[in-house]
Amino acid sequence: MAYPKEYRYTKEHEWVKLENGKARIGITDHAQHQLGDIVYVELPKIGTKVKQMQEFATVESVKAISPIYAPLSGEVIDVNKELETKPELINQSPHEQGWIAIIAPSDLTELDSLLTAEQYERHIGA
Amino acid sequence: MGNTIFDIGEENRIGLRLPALDVPERNLTELIPAELIRKEDPKLPQVSQVEVVRHYTRLSRMNYGVDSGIYPLGSCTMKYNPRINEDLARLPGFAHAHPLQGDELSQGALKLMYELGEYLCVIGGMDAISLQPAAGAHGELTGMLLIKKHFERTKELHRRTKILLPDSAHGTNPASAAMCGFEVVPIPSDARGLVDLQALKAHLDESVAGIMLTNPNTLGLFETDILEITKLIHDVGGFVYYDGANLNAIVGRARPGDMGVDIVHYNLHKTFSTPHGGGGPGAGPVAVVKKLEPYLPVPRIVKNGNRYSLDYEYPHSIGKIHSFYGNFGVLVRAYAYIRMMGDEGLKAVSTNAVLNANYLRVRLSKVYKAPYDRLCMHEFVLTTKGMSEEIRTLDVAKRLIDYGVHPSSIYFPLIVPEVMMIEPTETVSKEELDYFADALIKVAQEMRENPQLLKEAPHAVPVYGASVRRLDEVRAAKEPILRGHFP
Repeated sequence: MAYPKEYRYTKEHEWVKLENGKARIGITDHAQHQLGDIVYVELPKIGTKVKQMQEFATVESVKAISPIYAPLSGEVIDVNKELETKPELINQSPHEQGWIAIIAPSDLTELDSLLTAEQYERHIGA
Repeated sequence: MGNTIFDIGEENRIGLRLPALDVPERNLTELIPAELIRKEDPKLPQVSQVEVVRHYTRLSRMNYGVDSGIYPLGSCTMKYNPRINEDLARLPGFAHAHPLQGDELSQGALKLMYELGEYLCVIGGMDAISLQPAAGAHGELTGMLLIKKHFERTKELHRRTKILLPDSAHGTNPASAAMCGFEVVPIPSDARGLVDLQALKAHLDESVAGIMLTNPNTLGLFETDILEITKLIHDVGGFVYYDGANLNAIVGRARPGDMGVDIVHYNLHKTFSTPHGGGGPGAGPVAVVKKLEPYLPVPRIVKNGNRYSLDYEYPHSIGKIHSFYGNFGVLVRAYAYIRMMGDEGLKAVSTNAVLNANYLRVRLSKVYKAPYDRLCMHEFVLTTKGMSEEIRTLDVAKRLIDYGVHPSSIYFPLIVPEVMMIEPTETVSKEELDYFADALIKVAQEMRENPQLLKEAPHAVPVYGASVRRLDEVRAAKEPILRGHFP
């Protein structure tokens, strides 16, 4: 699966997509592949304030429970409720329908610390 | 859900006929208040004796245990449980002792617990012990409570907020620390597979309450910087907790206390051969250095002259963490094991555990990839990464079942992708090691030649392999059936 060029990525395998100044967040195809079948997602509460790289959600697969880190600081303004009943969306469509949360970022300069698609692909050895 | 004990038998069938009543019959309502008498009969199985025996014999045959063959779960130490342990635990004086019969009638039991504590302190190089914790994770919780209590007493708890944890740690470690209100700070492993000292140093300050270490770690590697690590932690005023899950690798050869460790838990159901798996009971005694002794759970077992008693007079104790005195029957078995093995025997345990693991590592690393391919301790890790596009470690593990052996741990530790974590223990013979290695090597060949065999495994070959086909793990996690229903 291709890594969208307009997204930014963390070394911990989250992606960020900016939409009118809001940051949509999910985990990468590489991450979902490593985790295997995802059976549960613990979503953050709307209104939660997070710092960059703070743990703010968890995904549970048949293999392990893994933390999801906030790629940017800010406030959680929306979560993907559909994951509550269909966690498999992360496996099926990690970069689109499997999004996890939307954050209103408090400091957009943090974007500079994230990886481009090309850098991320190098990071995972793709 | 078929084939439970409730699904067999027949209305009014019984396993035992009671003799005729030889006392006057009384009406139940004369003896028990009406509101306490149940309105309908309890739903008890209605089966004959032979049906009971056959039912449970059938279930036991569907299972695989340490009495069936090699059981190489990493960090689990699934060793043989000597039968003499069972003999001693069934001695009437132990088996029928009542926890409230008092010190005077419990001298033998108290002596056994006292001496077991002494032996464990010697083995761990520690000063004092509590036998109460019921398992490793319970020991961790106890250890964290001891640290918390200490810093409460020194009025430092508000700033001693962090517990450091290597990223190869058992998952229970961070859970135990978090349950006590500590913030968990992961410390990465370096290219050697050991604690990254530079990363550790970056986190060292007076906010550190302690570190939790497993040595050897879950990659089966001995933390060679252990003396420096414990010194660094002590220099900032923190404590070092030793997770004894992997003690089998060093028992009789090296002691956590000599490494600078302040708190140790022992898994009696691992290192000391008490029955294990299926949810317990286990025992995870916790030993400490002098400085932490005042906080140990009560009652403590004390010896005055030749008399043993239970002592509750420790005002700074964290209190009880188990009903009565711990899982006593487990303690008897571990005591029997230590006495039967003796000094030399325990040394031979770690020697052979390490030898067996290295034998398997050398044979298997020719076929699978060993990410840390050097002398290991009692366990080692392999990965299937890069071996096949479609086959994953899960499939390899499932196919092993077809060969009649229990798979190793898989997908742990989390820092190695597609990992298998293999701990043979000292109680397997060379023939068994070779059978297991041959099976894994064969599976690697099948992975190339007939991957479908792996994907569909296990194949439910009666008697020889699995009693069921591949389980749907996703469905089991998402739609668990947590209760049965009467037929």
